[in-house]
Amino acid sequence: MTMKTQTGTSRRDFLKIAGTTAGGLVIGFNWFSCDSPKMEVLSIEQVLAQAKSFNSFLSISPTGDVVIFSPNPELGQNIKTSFPMVVAEELEADWAKVRVAQANLDPEKYERQLTGGSGAMPHSWERLRKAGATAKAVLTQAAAQTWKVPVSELIVSKGMISHEGSGKKGHFGEFVAVAATLTAPEEVTLKDKKDFTIIGTPVKNVDAKDIYTGKPMYGLDFQREGMQYAMVQRAPFGMKLVSVDDSAARAVAGVTNVVTFGSSVAVVGTSTWPLLKAKKLLKINYEPDGAVESTADHDRLFTELLASGKAEVKRKDGNVAAAFKTAAKVVTAEYQCPFLAHSPMEPENFFAHVQGDKVELVGPTQTPDRARQETAALLGIPPENVSVAITRLGGGFGRRLRADYVVEAVEVSRAIKAPVKVTWSREDELTGGAYRPAVRYRFEAALDANGTMTGYKLRGVGMNAGNTTREGNFPSGAVDHLLIESVEHASTITTNAWRAPITNFLAYAEQSFLDEVALAAGKDPVDFRMELLNRAKTNPVGELGYDVDRMIGVVKMAKEKSNWGKNPTIKQGFSVYFSHKSYVAQVADIDIQGGAPTLKKITAVTDCGLVVNPTGANHQVRGGIVDGMGHAMYTNLTFEAGVPKQRNFDTYRLIRLKEVPEIDTHFVDSGFDPTGLGEPALPPTGGAIANAIFAATGRRLRSQPFIEQKEFSDLQLQIKRG
Amino acid sequence: MANFTLKVNGTTHQVEVEDDTPLLWVLRDHLNLVGTKFSCGIAQCGACTVHVNGNATFSCVTPVSSIGNSEVTTIEGLSKEGDHPVQKAWDEVDVAQCGYCQSGQIMTAASFLEQNPSPTLEEIDNAMNRNICRCGTYHKIREAVALAAKTK
Repeated sequence: MTMKTQTGTSRRDFLKIAGTTAGGLVIGFNWFSCDSPKMEVLSIEQVLAQAKSFNSFLSISPTGDVVIFSPNPELGQNIKTSFPMVVAEELEADWAKVRVAQANLDPEKYERQLTGGSGAMPHSWERLRKAGATAKAVLTQAAAQTWKVPVSELIVSKGMISHEGSGKKGHFGEFVAVAATLTAPEEVTLKDKKDFTIIGTPVKNVDAKDIYTGKPMYGLDFQREGMQYAMVQRAPFGMKLVSVDDSAARAVAGVTNVVTFGSSVAVVGTSTWPLLKAKKLLKINYEPDGAVESTADHDRLFTELLASGKAEVKRKDGNVAAAFKTAAKVVTAEYQCPFLAHSPMEPENFFAHVQGDKVELVGPTQTPDRARQETAALLGIPPENVSVAITRLGGGFGRRLRADYVVEAVEVSRAIKAPVKVTWSREDELTGGAYRPAVRYRFEAALDANGTMTGYKLRGVGMNAGNTTREGNFPSGAVDHLLIESVEHASTITTNAWRAPITNFLAYAEQSFLDEVALAAGKDPVDFRMELLNRAKTNPVGELGYDVDRMIGVVKMAKEKSNWGKNPTIKQGFSVYFSHKSYVAQVADIDIQGGAPTLKKITAVTDCGLVVNPTGANHQVRGGIVDGMGHAMYTNLTFEAGVPKQRNFDTYRLIRLKEVPEIDTHFVDSGFDPTGLGEPALPPTGGAIANAIFAATGRRLRSQPFIEQKEFSDLQLQIKRG
Repeated sequence: MANFTLKVNGTTHQVEVEDDTPLLWVLRDHLNLVGTKFSCGIAQCGACTVHVNGNATFSCVTPVSSIGNSEVTTIEGLSKEGDHPVQKAWDEVDVAQCGYCQSGQIMTAASFLEQNPSPTLEEIDNAMNRNICRCGTYHKIREAVALAAKTK
């Protein structure tokens, strides 16, 4: 069914159609070019030079070439490919004639120009469709006017407009000049989803060629004539700088300056290597400036705060005390995870050039507007005086939501009065990070004589987390008597969102605990969850923060696709979670034939609404699972006196190729518009694996990383590469 | 500071740097060949992988003074048109997510397949295990190496 919709034509989405060439819209094309793979096709610069700017999202040249601007930072979530696909679909463009350009920060033109919360596609889906549909409407109007035929008789396909009656046919570019004199319609018709020809197809990454040939495209690749290089030594958490002896650092050939700001010391030079050496030669005295924390302190704090901390009640249904008093059985367990760094492969870096009251910024950021605002606040200048060019990001995982490393580059540029690129080493990234904080959860469940969960308590203790729980999420709504509380410790260690914030561990803890409860109830883990979901569907308790039918949908399909419980030599672990508006169920398979238990496969069933790009969607699901598995299994970050002990990948262990099993992905066709996908596949993974390990070995893993737990140490778990 | 004459991608370059400077930083900061990536700096992740006389080498821990007359090949010099069988396979399989580690992955794979043109999956796994991909594109990496071996 086609859908008529208001374009909501505003200056934000649709600048006036006529007039301006788009050549000046994107700074930095010379080095961020997305040259077409075919030599005879025009380059973006050539296209733009001739193009009319239709709106914030696309430009079309008289040759019929289309440039689509992708406003959101690209960090591997494939938004630079999937956004333009949506525009091109409604425009009826020929994808072969579409070029994609990363837009710079432009709050006048773009809303929500950031990457985080798996929210870009859900937010922009309709806006992108309207952008394409509006441009198509104007072009067809221009064709109708030119040919003097009714617009209703025109057919648009693959960048061509045709009129059957007169046999006339022309490409988009032929109508650009006339189109530029028209006004955008107030209402456009969007395509019926069944007629999509680009959306839903495996369109390749638009930057693929540049990536595979080593073209400069990441922030760390940026260079500018006269640019200085800098690296910064930051204070341990909870400490401040007292004095610096930089004489040895200054003596290193290639070092031109050493500057101090706050408790940070920057070594500046003409290339990177001298700085890596010089930074180690800085002699800095620090003194405490608050609590200087270690991991042992956190463990003690968790125990204290779980017992007696002042909790904030997040949700309360029924009479929990009575439910536990009358329970036939009570199950209690605690779960804990460590700190984690984000460790994107491209370490933090940014280029800054402060000139008077103007600043030029170039680099990898998930939040360009935050970079702009914080820079403006630091310098006391209007935000409009700060420009931000967004490079491709070598990963983010939430680290680049913060602007600390951008502001730092601004500080250095201001101090040395020159353009500068600040680069972080891996040690800087792991020790000066903004971490996923450690957290501990205590779960309690009350079962009645029928094994029905009548009471549920969750108390989370977090650090700088705000709220360690997701109180609206399952199993809320499925239990009569429920209490969810969160306790907070204010840590001096900087913490930050990390891919699937909170749920990246809460899902594992909850889904493992529900497995423990199912066992105590004598029920199959999937049946037990279905019983709760059916209760939430037919007779919900309080408000539901999730769609029960969609969750049931993924549970059922995962049960079927994984052959749940059908093979006696395969022990399975189940997990299902809702986050970022999407639903993912996972089953981990452990083969117990032969000597050691062998993790063979993870089956994942996702309901993320309509799948825009199957290749990208598979990437996000598999990548999320590999990420979730890797950190659950192997990765730990511990602190000693405000400094992480794991300083590089030799001790901070990331998952490798040989440690990844087969991942079998499925998507539910639920008929919904796209919902989040960059994060939702990660949360269920740890639970599925832990539950499978329990099913196979009887060992319950309640802390991460698994390899450091004594319950895991003698399991000799093998992984069969998929 | 010392003068070094380097053969990189078939071209001779002169650079004046300290002799402990890793090849990685000579390539990136002095020769403007930034396709070779910095990530860990201690030979753990493989993002900096280049070929030295055809062998996959961690350029982040290889001092420029150790190169001598060796031929260095970087991702920029792997093929003229970006059409090396490994690059083509990477494109065909659509491997990349963020893409940052992929030049190192491609260089590791290209050297490996040169030395072992018909590898088993087990051998592919062993060869590629030295490169980390934080996005988790490992399944696609394995698939692309196998495809490149078939089409080479």
